[in-house]
Amino acid sequence: MSRRSARTLVVTGLSVLALAACTSNTPKAEEKSGSAPAGPAAVKNDEPGQKVKIGFSAPAADHGWMGAITKATQAEAKKYPDVELIVAEGTNDVNLQISQVETFINQKVDAIVLLPFDGAALTPVATKAMEAGITVVNVDREFDSPFAARTTILGDNHGMGVSAGTYVCQELKGKKDAVVAEIAGIDSLPLTQDRSKGFKEALADCGLKVSNRVAADFTVESGEKAAANLLQAAPKIDAIWNHDDDQGVGVMAAIKNSGRKEFFVVGGAGSANVMRDIKSGNSLLKATVIYPSTQGADGVRLARLLVQKKALGDLVEVEVPRTVQLYAPVVTKDNVDQYLPTAFES
Amino acid sequence: MTIEGGTTPSRQDTVTPPATQRSTTDLLRTGAGRNLGLVVALVLLCVVGVATAGDTFATGANVLTILRLAAVIGVVSVGMTFVITGGGIDLSVGAMVALASVWATTLATQQMAADYHWIFMVTTALVVGSACGLVNGLLVAYGKVVPFIATLAMLAAARGLAEILSDRRTQIISVNSFVDFFGGSLIGVPVLVWIFVLVAAAGWVLLNRTTFGRRTFAVGGNAEAARLAGIKVQRHTVALYVLAGLCCGIAAVMLMARTTTGSSTHGQLYELDAIAAVVIGGTLLSGGRGTIVGTVFGVLIFTTLNNVFTLNNLSISAQSVAKGAIIVIAVLLQQRLARRTTGS
Repeated sequence: MSRRSARTLVVTGLSVLALAACTSNTPKAEEKSGSAPAGPAAVKNDEPGQKVKIGFSAPAADHGWMGAITKATQAEAKKYPDVELIVAEGTNDVNLQISQVETFINQKVDAIVLLPFDGAALTPVATKAMEAGITVVNVDREFDSPFAARTTILGDNHGMGVSAGTYVCQELKGKKDAVVAEIAGIDSLPLTQDRSKGFKEALADCGLKVSNRVAADFTVESGEKAAANLLQAAPKIDAIWNHDDDQGVGVMAAIKNSGRKEFFVVGGAGSANVMRDIKSGNSLLKATVIYPSTQGADGVRLARLLVQKKALGDLVEVEVPRTVQLYAPVVTKDNVDQYLPTAFES
Repeated sequence: MTIEGGTTPSRQDTVTPPATQRSTTDLLRTGAGRNLGLVVALVLLCVVGVATAGDTFATGANVLTILRLAAVIGVVSVGMTFVITGGGIDLSVGAMVALASVWATTLATQQMAADYHWIFMVTTALVVGSACGLVNGLLVAYGKVVPFIATLAMLAAARGLAEILSDRRTQIISVNSFVDFFGGSLIGVPVLVWIFVLVAAAGWVLLNRTTFGRRTFAVGGNAEAARLAGIKVQRHTVALYVLAGLCCGIAAVMLMARTTTGSSTHGQLYELDAIAAVVIGGTLLSGGRGTIVGTVFGVLIFTTLNNVFTLNNLSISAQSVAKGAIIVIAVLLQQRLARRTTGS
């Protein structure tokens, strides 16, 4: 093969790629996403206003919850004809995520919705975006400076731990020597530390403590590994709280393999398959604590309101709040039907 | 018919040191002459970028964004080029970046930096990186452990140690002078990009203009022949891994400046990105042939690709497919070219 034909190969290959990429950008037909319908009071906010260009960047969708965040964000943006959403590749490399935000700044977007892989690491570049006059909405993992974002939307990690601990206390009423185990998520994340802290505090209220604690990293595989170790380490367990329903798939697999049934399991995050297990009533999973996967979608909504200078509906206050913290309710057999429609599929 | 056209040493990218007339033959021998395909690929990507997002892509700010992103992984890849050219491989680069960044941002180090000078943090990162590289090198050269395994062990150990040191928390840098210097610009170009240029230029000189470089090719090509020719193969191998570790220390400093943090999660999967860049650049995975210029192009191609995809708001997964296709096409092309050059 001569050099000339080799060159042709490169050129055609790259052009094909480029072409394929260009055609894959056509928006698909709008899908019905499972978000709640608008409230009874029709808010004027939904009427199309000025065009808003929003950049969105999040960590890699390596577990269901994170995938759900991105899906819901894209679905939400499609509902508004005045919103153009630019989605950057999900990545766990902070260097790459910083350059994505830099790219958004160069593109002169109106707003950036940012779920940082590491809040502290993305703070400088988010601050730079704010200084460039771009509205930054921080989602889920907090920056460490008030100047880095206009509005922050958070789940309640500490509250999740408290809800889970309170539920375990209720179920184990009066058992003073109960063995409570905890399967945490990624231990290096502040959110995991917050969850564990809340769990510990709530248990302490009824005189219990975490007897065994292992950590996984939100993936099915890691959940299976951590749970298998835990079951080896603790011959008798009364209750397990698992931080994350994605790794929970692996946790339940390990429990099934061990054949043990002397405890009940409380989940976290609130995936649809866990809720179906709870609903069926014949699983060791008795409850899960919700950590909403709608944060990115809410981020898009708030970013749009901020750029169009509209107020938040159903609040008397005329400005969009600085922090919005979502609630972490416990889902049991009694109320599962209320939450199943908005749950995410892991 | 082959005509060695198009290899005129007039490359526009700032990263490549200008090649003199005298060195053209050298360039060809070391594989840099095979960079034509890479140049074409990069130019093509730029054409696609300009065509699809012209108003943003061709701006100075965007070019600097691409270069800043390329700088960190670029420095790691330069070190990787030496190891691979010398017949080895280093899977621990990402973990070494993490460990160096954590060690250089511990409270004690930051206190010293605050009291005296930020050079303490930089020195710490470089020493930690080099020390990890030294362990890798000793294991490979004197312990006779296969490079793949020795550096796999370092990958696990260094990241684990980084987690222990940092208690798995992100350590925020409070030494403003450090962030100001490395986050700043010189003559309109970010300091990070200058560092990348310097490292790449130094790497090119070391590989193509010194005895060290020639020994590297010899050791990678045929270690036994190199030993018979009087090269201290074991000592040289250790030096190569130390060099890779040192580059990881430099990359850690750059990442620290970019993120104002040190963290055990830094540098994830850098080993794969670096190996991909080195291989599409034209360095042989089996050793004996390597090119810094090619590696720099490899890094630039991947980072530009990423930038073009982000600017056009294209599907997240399509980018990975494109990346894979580029790797395969590049390697297939190189094999064809290599066969022809050995044939002639």
